[in-house]
Amino acid sequence: MKAPNPLGQELKPQVPVVELDIQPVERVTLSPVSAFFRTMIAVLWKDLAAERRSREMLSAMLVFALLVILIFNFALELDATAQADVTSGVLWVTFAFAGTLGLNRSMAIEKDRGCLDGLLLAPVDRSAIYFGKVLGNLVFIWIVAAIVLPVYSVLYNMNLFNPGLLLVILLGSVGYVAVGTLLSAMSVQTRTRDVLLPILLFPVVIPVLVAAVKASSGYLQGLEFSDIQPWLNLLVVYDVIFTAVAFMVFDYVVEE
Amino acid sequence: MVKQPRGLTILNYVTLGLMVLATAMVFLYAPEEAVMGQVQRVFYFHVSSAWVGMLGFIVAAVTSVIFLRTGDHKWDLVSLGAIEIGMIFSFITIVSGSIWARPIWNAWWTWDPRLTTATIMELIYAAYLMLRQGVDDPERKARFGSVYAIIGVISVPLTFFSIRFLRTIHPVVFGGADPNATGNFDMTPKMLQTFMFSLLTFSVLFADLLWHRIRLGKLADRVETLKLKISQ
Repeated sequence: MKAPNPLGQELKPQVPVVELDIQPVERVTLSPVSAFFRTMIAVLWKDLAAERRSREMLSAMLVFALLVILIFNFALELDATAQADVTSGVLWVTFAFAGTLGLNRSMAIEKDRGCLDGLLLAPVDRSAIYFGKVLGNLVFIWIVAAIVLPVYSVLYNMNLFNPGLLLVILLGSVGYVAVGTLLSAMSVQTRTRDVLLPILLFPVVIPVLVAAVKASSGYLQGLEFSDIQPWLNLLVVYDVIFTAVAFMVFDYVVEE
Repeated sequence: MVKQPRGLTILNYVTLGLMVLATAMVFLYAPEEAVMGQVQRVFYFHVSSAWVGMLGFIVAAVTSVIFLRTGDHKWDLVSLGAIEIGMIFSFITIVSGSIWARPIWNAWWTWDPRLTTATIMELIYAAYLMLRQGVDDPERKARFGSVYAIIGVISVPLTFFSIRFLRTIHPVVFGGADPNATGNFDMTPKMLQTFMFSLLTFSVLFADLLWHRIRLGKLADRVETLKLKISQ
């Protein structure tokens, strides 16, 4: 209802009225499966984009990994004969420690900047957030591996470009990160934070370390596949079991 | 002071009686072992303690799952009690085993699969308690504890198999012969009876301690509630 102006004149509308031929837009409802994947990729993309801008986590992980290798050089007498035996052990210790760093930082960023709260408010499946974080952490650990392997090869005159070794790193990192992401989501909410994650993670992830070290050294020494296969089986079993379990309990870890 | 429920008092006496009887059986009824001598007697309580350690973990895992499904706080109390008791008995197992190992294997410790897995299990127990300690909110404390108990209990069998497979391929060189070879013995019927009775006794002991612990937890909760009421 138009209020009459003081002069008693009716105001004409300034905007010209135009007839538009608008078709109603069809509401696109995502199927639950594709919504899940889109959320997962969105979380992954967020982590990668943030890291591309600041590069703080990757640089920390990388420098730390290289320092660990350096310390091992002095801690263990890595002469030519000893190297072949201890290489896989040194590599996996490096990945384990650098991985802890990455897991801690990844979750701490979420918590400190309030991203986690934002993610939880979104109407998405919580496990999609979990898998997105897992993928992000995996990418970071693979980048570290991609740099550590050539550096180690150069420093110790070994050829580490073994497809079997790469397979072991793939399987091992999946198991490590699956459990690590869940446990870091818990530890980041405690008082003792960074210190608590290794205490929680390492006892539980021992099967991965044992199997990965044995399989890696098997491939580096050129053993028969039948010798290496049990270790690969163990890695796969661990990955499947713990990814499933972590996916099921993640809700309870992040709910308010 | 709140009185103990009558069932608990009866259980206390039953446990005490069983423990006295089990100790008597171990020292008087069971025969001396041919090769190892008197030191073999630690086996009865050592294995029973290990059994209680594992039982603690299993009970904690089951009640953790129930707690996560129902949200009823009392299940978390049972979980915590089971883990605490399991931790103590695992420690008793490790120490008593170590004492036995010194004369028999000539070493306080070897990295045999069972010992290694026992150590890792003990560390998981300790990590569980540290996790709970690091969280202030009681609801979150219970949830995190439950999640970690579930993760922990699933990892223990995998750890055992991975290390057992590791050691069968690479035999232990330090400590002389394969540790599994020395120390094996066949049990005569009397030994078997003593052993079974010890297992039973320690299971009853576990139940008794757990009941006490749950009661303690409930009283502590009551104290907290009363404190809150006073401060309001």
